[in-house]
Amino acid sequence: MRTWLLVLSATGLSACVTINIYFPAAAAEKAADKVIDEIWQVPAGQSPASSQHSAPTATPVTPSATPVTPTVNPESAP
Amino acid sequence: MMRLLHNCSRLLQLFLRQGYHTLKVGVFLGCLAMLFEALPVYAAADLDVNTPAVAAVKASMQSRHLQLLPHYQSGTVGLTADGFVAVKEAGLVPLSQRSALAALVKDENTDRARLYQGMAAANGHPEWEGEIQRTFAQRWIDKAQAGWFVQRDGQWVRK
Repeated sequence: MRTWLLVLSATGLSACVTINIYFPAAAAEKAADKVIDEIWQVPAGQSPASSQHSAPTATPVTPSATPVTPTVNPESAP
Repeated sequence: MMRLLHNCSRLLQLFLRQGYHTLKVGVFLGCLAMLFEALPVYAAADLDVNTPAVAAVKASMQSRHLQLLPHYQSGTVGLTADGFVAVKEAGLVPLSQRSALAALVKDENTDRARLYQGMAAANGHPEWEGEIQRTFAQRWIDKAQAGWFVQRDGQWVRK
């Protein structure tokens, strides 16, 4: 009976050790999504960023409506 | 031989009788250890992607993406099933630009390999590189924009 307990606890412990070696697929997917978004969002993220930089100076001026339209075009083109 | 076995079983009996308390403590400590060992599993639920090496590769890939984007959209370059990029239709670019395109694709693939390797190393498991690459391969393709070419079952498919 006690030996079984010992065997059981030993098995339990070794099982725990193996868990640590498993590849965390869900976490990897989450990390991959984050990295891909960061890398691929540059063109989409850059145009709002550049428009943000120009926006504070550009909003009071009326002809600034023109810089806004080019940012829309690349998105609707593909 | 028999004596040896007998001695062994006697020793075990002695241990079980004398060491019953020790055994109880051992089981308790084992349970505690299991609890604490289980904790890092949850702590590692997020993969670290912010080491300097990974950040450098990401920055390099970010800047290159601006050059690659028109090629993805035109179908010159596609996303392969193994997490890399490949020239799919070199004929779409002028002859004079083809070596530059090849270099672009080569650089991108070098960075991608470094990214997979770096992320595995950043999390203390260099052996995860292959799994990370497979995960990325799937996610690059899933996240590819409509019109881009991706490789599925060895064939180029337009998303």
